[in-house]
Amino acid sequence: MIPSLPRPLWLRAATSFYLVAFLIFLFLPLVTVGVFAFNDAPYPAPPWHGFTLDWFFGNESKERTGLFGDEELLGSIWTSVIVACWVTVLSVAVGTANAFLMERAKFRGQQALSVLMLVPLVIPGVILGISILAFASRIAELCNDLFGLEVEFLRPGLPLVVLGQFSYVAAIATLTISARLKRFDRTLEEAALNLGASQAAVLRTITLPYLRPALIGSAAIAFLMSFENFNTTLMLTGADSPLTIMMYGRMREGATPVLNAVSLFLMTASAILALTLMRRGERRQT
Amino acid sequence: MRSARSDLRRTNVVDAVTAARWRGRLVLALLLAPALLWLFALIVFPHVDLAVLSFRERTGPGQHAASLAQYRTFFTEPLYWHIFVRTALMSAIATALTLLVAFPIAWIIAKLARGRAGSLLFVVCLIPFWVSETVRTLGWMILLRESGVLPGLLAHLGVTDGPVELLYHDATILVGLVYASLLFMVVPLVGSLENLDDSLIEAAYDLGASGWSILREIVIPHAAPGITAGCIVVFMLTLGNYLTPNLLGGKNSQWFTEQIYTQFIARFNWEQGAAFGFLLLGLSTCMVWLGLTLAGQRFGDVMRRT
Repeated sequence: MIPSLPRPLWLRAATSFYLVAFLIFLFLPLVTVGVFAFNDAPYPAPPWHGFTLDWFFGNESKERTGLFGDEELLGSIWTSVIVACWVTVLSVAVGTANAFLMERAKFRGQQALSVLMLVPLVIPGVILGISILAFASRIAELCNDLFGLEVEFLRPGLPLVVLGQFSYVAAIATLTISARLKRFDRTLEEAALNLGASQAAVLRTITLPYLRPALIGSAAIAFLMSFENFNTTLMLTGADSPLTIMMYGRMREGATPVLNAVSLFLMTASAILALTLMRRGERRQT
Repeated sequence: MRSARSDLRRTNVVDAVTAARWRGRLVLALLLAPALLWLFALIVFPHVDLAVLSFRERTGPGQHAASLAQYRTFFTEPLYWHIFVRTALMSAIATALTLLVAFPIAWIIAKLARGRAGSLLFVVCLIPFWVSETVRTLGWMILLRESGVLPGLLAHLGVTDGPVELLYHDATILVGLVYASLLFMVVPLVGSLENLDDSLIEAAYDLGASGWSILREIVIPHAAPGITAGCIVVFMLTLGNYLTPNLLGGKNSQWFTEQIYTQFIARFNWEQGAAFGFLLLGLSTCMVWLGLTLAGQRFGDVMRRT
């Protein structure tokens, strides 16, 4: 019940108990992953054998490969970063164009198009993956049959991973940017135009600066979505695995705590990103 | 003389209007191009192609004929539709559990916490979801496997005789799925509970309503849009999940997305995989549609809410 009404003691006790249990449930897996990154044992399991940094800095001389000595793992992080950068740039660019298209332009079929833009969000990622995989192979085969061309980027690999992730991240970017553009006061643009500014100048000095928070926000979401994506990527990946796929493969084999180390590394990176974005938001409000 | 000049002016105006119209069309075309390219090249055509693929059969090397064989296999082979039904049921249970777990925390965030505490708690709830699902699943594996933290603790406390395997059970899969879905339930719930006017609850209380009837008659009807949105999204994501059932359930997971993966990647039987994909897509679409119809809501509004 709400604070202004009397709450019996048992209800207040139950609420507190639930809150504590919920927070433990929420953070227990993350804390566990973090703690076992420092365990001096070959497997991420109890008992505790003492503190070590081997799983970060270990090398062959210690017979333990730490995160910063594991070429394969570092390579997959780099692959993920490159894929995420492409997805971010493409999604924010297309999302911005879509926002202007839906909020500013008027044309026949606009309503239908706006519904179609939401469709990628309700298609399971696995199916997005297989449909793009099958379609790309069909085009590749067609190119091969008609022109004798071998189109390498249509075969499973990073370009397809980028396209697969982009296909639904673009929908999220469109929603975020459209929502902000909708709230924009158009009299500001009209005033600038009356004062003799060109369309391009208005866009550059008024509309885009207004959209900036949405652009930065959607870029961050796009990067994160891409970096963490598993379902679509699993279907489209080729020889170079992004980090999530690499981690999945190793988790199935029963991996060393180097996976905990890379997880802790990711958590720290996400936390820094989240805090930076939040501080930006607060500074803007004050 | 004068009329000639006004004619000239008129043609200039007409030219300017035509030019502006053409420029408008050019801008529209430039804005439409990326949207259409994205939606048709990556969404519409691939799915049409997938549908075509699912309705054909290999008759020889490089030869195909239209047939319903793929769907027939699904219905005649008990293994496949058992897994399909199981996936749907488990997803429904996971959705209901997620709602049960998420509702109180959404209530605390929206109604009980005062001032900054509410928004702080909200942010705290979102933190785990900044971390990839792979990392969170790794955490559950370390906690639950036979040599893991919880079985060790249980054995140490004397609850069980020795370490027991807590992974690879249906309950484990459910815990993992609920954990993975919480965010998508909490966010829409908080959104719809926040704009519920406290005075309505106070009025009901003054008129003698019990806590239970306040919940049933006021809170739930008001929060219905948020509940629908959350349930639709959670069900859909759970149905399409691969990582959590696969790693927490092991060989016992029997999740339908695994069947799609097996057909597509391991057996290279794309026709069968495409048919499975379409069945899953059909189920997912039906549930979204059903949820929207039951709650009397429009697709666009729900998606914008989350």
